[in-house]
Amino acid sequence: MFEESPLIFESGKPGRASTYFEGGWTLDEFVPASYRRADLPLPENAELDVVRHFTRLSHRTFSIDTGFYPLGSCTMKYNPKVNDAMASLRGFAELHPFAPDGLAQGALSVMYELEQALCALFGMAAFSLNPAAGAHAELAALLIAKAYFKKRGEGQQRTTVVVPDTAHGTNPASAAMVGYKVISLASDARGRVSVEELRKVLGADTAVCMMTNPNTLGLFEDHIVEITQAVHDAGGLMYYDGANANALMGNARPGDMGFDLMHLNLHKTFSIPHGGGGAGAGPVGVAAHLRDFLPTPVVRRDEDGYRLDFVSADSIGQMRSFWSNFSHMVRALTYIWANGAEGLRRISQLAVLNANYVRSQVREFLETPYDEPCRHEFVASAQSLKRETGVRALDIAKALLDRGFHAPTIYFPLLVPECLMIEPTETENKETLDAFVAALREIVEIAHSNPQAILDAPVNTPVGRIDETRAARQPDLRWTPEGYSTQS
Amino acid sequence: MAYTPHTAADIEAMLAAIGVRSLDELLTVPDAIALRKPLALPAALPEVQLTRKMGALAVANAAVEYTSFLGAGAYRHYVPPAVMALAMRGEFLTAYTPYQAEVSQGYLQAIYEWQTYVALLTGLDVANASVYDGATALAEGVIMAVNATGRTSIAVSRAVHPNYRAVLQTYARGLDLHVEYLPVAPEGTTDMRAIEEKLAERPFAAVVVQSPNFFGSLDAPSEEARAAIERSGALLIGVVAEALSLAALQPPAAWGAQIAVGEGQSFGNPVAYGGPYVGFMATTKEHLRRIPGRLVGRSVDKNGRPAYVLTLQAREQHIRREKATSNICTNQAHCALVATIYLAMLGARGLRECAILNLARTHELAERVTLVEGYSRAFSAPVFNEVTIRVPRGLRARAVLEALQEQGILGGVDLGRWYPELRDCIVMNATELTTQEEIERLCTALEGIQPPARSVKSVAARV
Amino acid sequence: MTQPDSYLYSKEHEWLKVDGDVGIIGITDYAQDSLGDIVYVELPRLGALVKQFASVGVIESVKAVSDLFSPVGGEVVEVNTELDADPALVNREPFTGGWLFKLRLADPSQRDGLLSAADYSALVAAEH
Repeated sequence: MFEESPLIFESGKPGRASTYFEGGWTLDEFVPASYRRADLPLPENAELDVVRHFTRLSHRTFSIDTGFYPLGSCTMKYNPKVNDAMASLRGFAELHPFAPDGLAQGALSVMYELEQALCALFGMAAFSLNPAAGAHAELAALLIAKAYFKKRGEGQQRTTVVVPDTAHGTNPASAAMVGYKVISLASDARGRVSVEELRKVLGADTAVCMMTNPNTLGLFEDHIVEITQAVHDAGGLMYYDGANANALMGNARPGDMGFDLMHLNLHKTFSIPHGGGGAGAGPVGVAAHLRDFLPTPVVRRDEDGYRLDFVSADSIGQMRSFWSNFSHMVRALTYIWANGAEGLRRISQLAVLNANYVRSQVREFLETPYDEPCRHEFVASAQSLKRETGVRALDIAKALLDRGFHAPTIYFPLLVPECLMIEPTETENKETLDAFVAALREIVEIAHSNPQAILDAPVNTPVGRIDETRAARQPDLRWTPEGYSTQS
Repeated sequence: MAYTPHTAADIEAMLAAIGVRSLDELLTVPDAIALRKPLALPAALPEVQLTRKMGALAVANAAVEYTSFLGAGAYRHYVPPAVMALAMRGEFLTAYTPYQAEVSQGYLQAIYEWQTYVALLTGLDVANASVYDGATALAEGVIMAVNATGRTSIAVSRAVHPNYRAVLQTYARGLDLHVEYLPVAPEGTTDMRAIEEKLAERPFAAVVVQSPNFFGSLDAPSEEARAAIERSGALLIGVVAEALSLAALQPPAAWGAQIAVGEGQSFGNPVAYGGPYVGFMATTKEHLRRIPGRLVGRSVDKNGRPAYVLTLQAREQHIRREKATSNICTNQAHCALVATIYLAMLGARGLRECAILNLARTHELAERVTLVEGYSRAFSAPVFNEVTIRVPRGLRARAVLEALQEQGILGGVDLGRWYPELRDCIVMNATELTTQEEIERLCTALEGIQPPARSVKSVAARV
Repeated sequence: MTQPDSYLYSKEHEWLKVDGDVGIIGITDYAQDSLGDIVYVELPRLGALVKQFASVGVIESVKAVSDLFSPVGGEVVEVNTELDADPALVNREPFTGGWLFKLRLADPSQRDGLLSAADYSALVAAEH
């Protein structure tokens, strides 16, 4: 079963690489000696060997195309191939960002139409498609908040960001990057934000309250309107973390809930491929009173057509080299057009159905704290299992890998000990869900009868459990050619 | 098409299992926010109409049919079809972040290879798994320098890409950093003496220089400037916007950079109207723990087999939360993968041949264009694949570019957009895709684009 | 491992051993066990003036990171350089070889704000 997987650097020989270009010149014809690079210590492999190398690597990589991926808060839904086909059309892929606006009307139209669609879906006045990821969008949103308060003369006064203890890790990290202090809010017994507790920490120093709804426990914050009101009464802004937007399309809108700022993860809700960890795309949306602060450029439409507008006195400025992760805008708009309002509503409904279906069965053999219907995801806990058998959430995850499933999110949110966060998404059929539940049930049973079998997992994967301590204590982050010394 | 596989029977069975009578019971929201009107979205399109509609928008980007000399941070390069055939495999495209390492060895190894390529190309010790793009890589590099030195002032050359500088300003405002600019010398490179003068004014966390710079000039700091930077305790950050140049030129480590940042788009990723691209970051062993984002490390599994895993994660946002070195979560994994496959496919030889071809075409472009009356090189510094051309006296770059556009040519980028003193200058880029015929066409067109007086004279001369 | 009786303890699971006007500081066995395998320790700079209970550094394990607080205030006079190459020393010998830093106490009376070994044991028992 074990297969060697040498590095691309460990194969190849000088002279073996294929030739793609005409030759006939030498470097010294064009570059002065002091600037010339003498050596280029990179391998040379024939095209077939490169193809085999990366084909082999693809076989050692689990993906949505391979199997079920119930990662909570990641929304691992099917990534439609038609989206990729549209994104790779020549007119999009070969368009240079500095193409004059008049010669890029198709691309600008895509961006404009997408922005309009997102405004309608989520109840915001405007979106910027600039940010490259959710975390990037959060940073933009907090910079917008900072600029907004500065303009009102409240910049020095408003220094804190309130974040529930169930929040995604980027929330406090983004706040810190903007110089805000984070106040963590303990969730109540129902797993929600308590309006009374919130009121205790709100004050003249409150800049932003960052929340997601449904929250990371998969529960709808039913007091959301009171929450946003309380924050507004204190003079603060409400920010919606869009990680869980798949739960509420066509059902409720953050803008209507009272959120002033929000972001979306196109690579979650809008079926953009995760690509092994990126590139994502994170549009940032605002209510009307904040639109002037959006990053530049903004896409505008007038009688002559569409154009990129770089001039905005109050804008927080540019966030990235160019205008957006444009290929993903094409994908997202293709997805929205494929579905329409009804289709998107259906998507959220069936995402919620699938999650509840799985939960209603899992709760029979694993604890599900906050034992009530969930939205698009739910949490289970292996705390009792650990006490009884020594098998933890991590071990359950590894045992799932052996059975051809990807593990759910584990150890998040931090609020729930030995947490498993399960989000099936709407693109999974009933048989897949049943198979997953059966596998989970079997793992729990084996945990009781033969726990060692679970602690040894995985055994059916290319490698077994990895020594992460060694990886961190003796970092080996690159291959080095023999006899090579870095120039630093 | 919602891609939902549920039949009516499925839904019925599932609702029964859950114990509710209808889906609505699972979707209750407070009355105040319940949606009552349909959303203002177009109706769903079947796939035939959908592809037709999107296809029409693709075709409505006439720029792709023009002869182009546009560069300035996004470069048109040849990508062997084998690269995309591999990169677009579903396993690579639809995988998640490799948190469950045992089933993600393929991606983890590919990113380890990317990290290795970046380290080798920049000459530094270690590189991360990538960041969003060149501009944000620079911002993150500056944050590293600020954390390392405890200082909050940055000196940036004006010859650094204007969009990169703009993004740095945005981040600087958020973090209360002070940014100062270093002037450009007549040769089209950073004024080295100004570096030394600037460093004497106050303590700087970093000095930022780009080579080749936005004008196309090779712009590595001089020995004296490097010594001054080192003496001052500031870190030298080297920026590379055209990654291909690393195949031909002395890398940032060789000219003293302790942090190298830049844009990897040139390696296999399409220009795609600005993104997604892939930013790279590399640094010395000393600053390893300050580098943001993801890192893939090599270790062993419990059976002693080599295995790859995300490591040093405690630095990252999902664990350190407000103490994270950055808030960055995603890396540009797929774009980094594309770049890695491209680099593997070309090999040292292909990469070097490609770089030389870029130099040859740009050399030819510069020679031919400067033969046209009134057109000259603005700067004398050596270049890689971009050159700054000064248009005839009495003309603006913008007018020349508009006239070229009427003839189906995108002549380059108007420097006047960011540098008021260079309103008569165009940055032109030639790559291995640029043909002699295209250069000829450009020159023929330029011959006809002359200031009014001169054209009258030449008409009169011919009569 | 029981905590030495002669040491004083903070609520953040650090210990203090006083030797004249110099205090040696480390983290407790409970702390190292909770953190797991320690991979890196970031210590304060020599000469730094730290306040009591201020955050002075960081202890990283594979999965978590913890702030390092100083149980008393003073000037940092020595740091344990062995931890560069061998951070696991903190796991193996939290009360002895895995000490973190030493400082010259600014105000000896600050020790009154700390816990005895018995009180610390009670704290740990309650948290468990």
